[in-house]
Amino acid sequence: MELFTNQVLAGIATGAIYACMALAVVMIYQAIDHLNFAQGEMAMFSTFMSWQMMQWGVPYWGAFILTLALSFAGGIIIERLLFKPLAKAPVLTNVAGFIALYAIVNSVAGLIWDFTIKQYPTPFGSSPFLGSQLISTHQAGMIGITLLMLILLFVFFRFTRVGLAMRAAASLPESARLVGINTSWMIALGWGMAAAIGSVAGMMIAPVVFLEPNMMLGVLIYGFAAAVLGGLTSPFGAVMGGFLVGIFENLVGTYIPGVGNELKLPIALALIITVLVVKPAGLFGRPIVKRV
Amino acid sequence: MSAAEEVVTEAPAVEAVPKRAMTLGVGTSLVVLAALVIAPLFVKNFIIFQMTMLLIYGLAVLALNILTGGSGQFSLGQSAFYAVGAYTSAILMEHVGMNYALTLPIAGIICFGFGFLFGQPALRLSGVYLALATFALATAMPQLLKLGYFEHWTGGVQGLVVTKPDAPFGLPMGQDMWLYYFTLVITIGIYVASVNLLRSRSGRAFMAIRDNEIAASAMGVDVALYKTLAFGVSAGITGVAGGLGAIAVQFVAPDGYTITLAISLFLGMVVGGVGWLPGSIVGSAFIIFVPNIAESISKGLSGAVFGVLLFLVIFLVPHGARQVAIVAQQMLGKLKKH
Repeated sequence: MELFTNQVLAGIATGAIYACMALAVVMIYQAIDHLNFAQGEMAMFSTFMSWQMMQWGVPYWGAFILTLALSFAGGIIIERLLFKPLAKAPVLTNVAGFIALYAIVNSVAGLIWDFTIKQYPTPFGSSPFLGSQLISTHQAGMIGITLLMLILLFVFFRFTRVGLAMRAAASLPESARLVGINTSWMIALGWGMAAAIGSVAGMMIAPVVFLEPNMMLGVLIYGFAAAVLGGLTSPFGAVMGGFLVGIFENLVGTYIPGVGNELKLPIALALIITVLVVKPAGLFGRPIVKRV
Repeated sequence: MSAAEEVVTEAPAVEAVPKRAMTLGVGTSLVVLAALVIAPLFVKNFIIFQMTMLLIYGLAVLALNILTGGSGQFSLGQSAFYAVGAYTSAILMEHVGMNYALTLPIAGIICFGFGFLFGQPALRLSGVYLALATFALATAMPQLLKLGYFEHWTGGVQGLVVTKPDAPFGLPMGQDMWLYYFTLVITIGIYVASVNLLRSRSGRAFMAIRDNEIAASAMGVDVALYKTLAFGVSAGITGVAGGLGAIAVQFVAPDGYTITLAISLFLGMVVGGVGWLPGSIVGSAFIIFVPNIAESISKGLSGAVFGVLLFLVIFLVPHGARQVAIVAQQMLGKLKKH
């Protein structure tokens, strides 16, 4: 039983990271109806930036805040320069754009910081949390930071004018434009926020998976699995999906013999395909009806 | 408004390409063919090897082109089919001792089956969902190949070494040159078959689905069947390319078939022009020679160069090499008039 509790808690901790990635993916999906295949690489790049700042002597939380701000700005710049002109292009062109962004960010990170694996610090330490053997302080910190961020986001979307405008622009762009909302800038804002959320995920998971240019590939696939499970049209679903996928991954790895770390990615693949076949709209998404 | 009432009109995922614009004229085809036949007689072995790889990747890009340009479906997972083809050939040659030429049809058939089965769930998905599922497939494939259970057959992380075949019947040519002509014959065969496929009833069904799925099904096209069929054909051709690739490189290993390969093939298709079959060879040349040049400048640069060029292509020449070819043709036409 202790093993079970332990694995569920560890699952919630990694699930928090998947929830962040899924949320970032869903925010961009809501805004422009495309999946950002470069979300993981953007998060990886942000994490490298924070690492570089710490190498230059900036304290952890200073680097954390600076990275959030830089990622936010970076997300907006990417949208303005590269994806705004593609808004009316066919799906294929957009997918090509995301793939190009993926290749560029991955390769540039490798050029600047090379492909060797680096240690990444944790501000929480890794001793047992509150004296219990169930969970480490870093895992507890991961959960805490994610929950704090989710609450802030909820407050932002629920109680501020800009949050309301963003929701309006995402659900009915035409009508939103008619009541005077600048939908184009709302999309850019969504990109910035997605980049910032992704950077939090990157900085929280980096002490666990270590820092290197390909560190986010597995996390991104699980983030996609979480987003699909929760429903790509539902931010709340994406977060729930993230926690569920995290717990599922840990339990499968513990209780099914022969399924260890070496099957991590195939499990995510199986999960994505199963959800898409059984319930394509996800647990919390709304079904979409097509017209000729 | 209740949730289920929301209605979406979807634009076609890929811009329509007329059937005739998908191929080259007879005259141009013969010139290209003659160049491909004669060229290896005058160059060194290493360049012959690169030309072989050019044809092999050309086949893989062609396969993706049939899927995307023909039936309007995406795949970011072609590297997985390529890997299955490569491993099928390598295992049959090294463990079963089968002749290399015989392994290729088997690789093709196995990949056709794999693609057809993967297409079953995929046919319920469109656009981004399909891209997502195939993206996950491509990232998962290297881990599947490394699995301990299959290690006896696949060689695990180490991979397998494949012996290069000699020219048969005592023909007076080196291994590289023989393999080049062998690949050339297969490539031409598959190219002609693909052109005919797209001109046939099935090809018209593919294009009807690409342009408007719901309208196609209203016209009596079995959408599910033709979508999976396109997936299967594409995977099968990619499998043959993978098998040829294993023989040419003489080595298969899980890390040779990562998402990077899938990205390269996708890039090759976009650069060559989606839906323009001869563009496949242009795209293939691009994905073979550009990384060579980029890596000679700095290690790890090729991804950035790929990405930047891909952006330039989608912004400046969204139809890829086809657009360049059309512009060139028009300029030639003007010159003739003067």
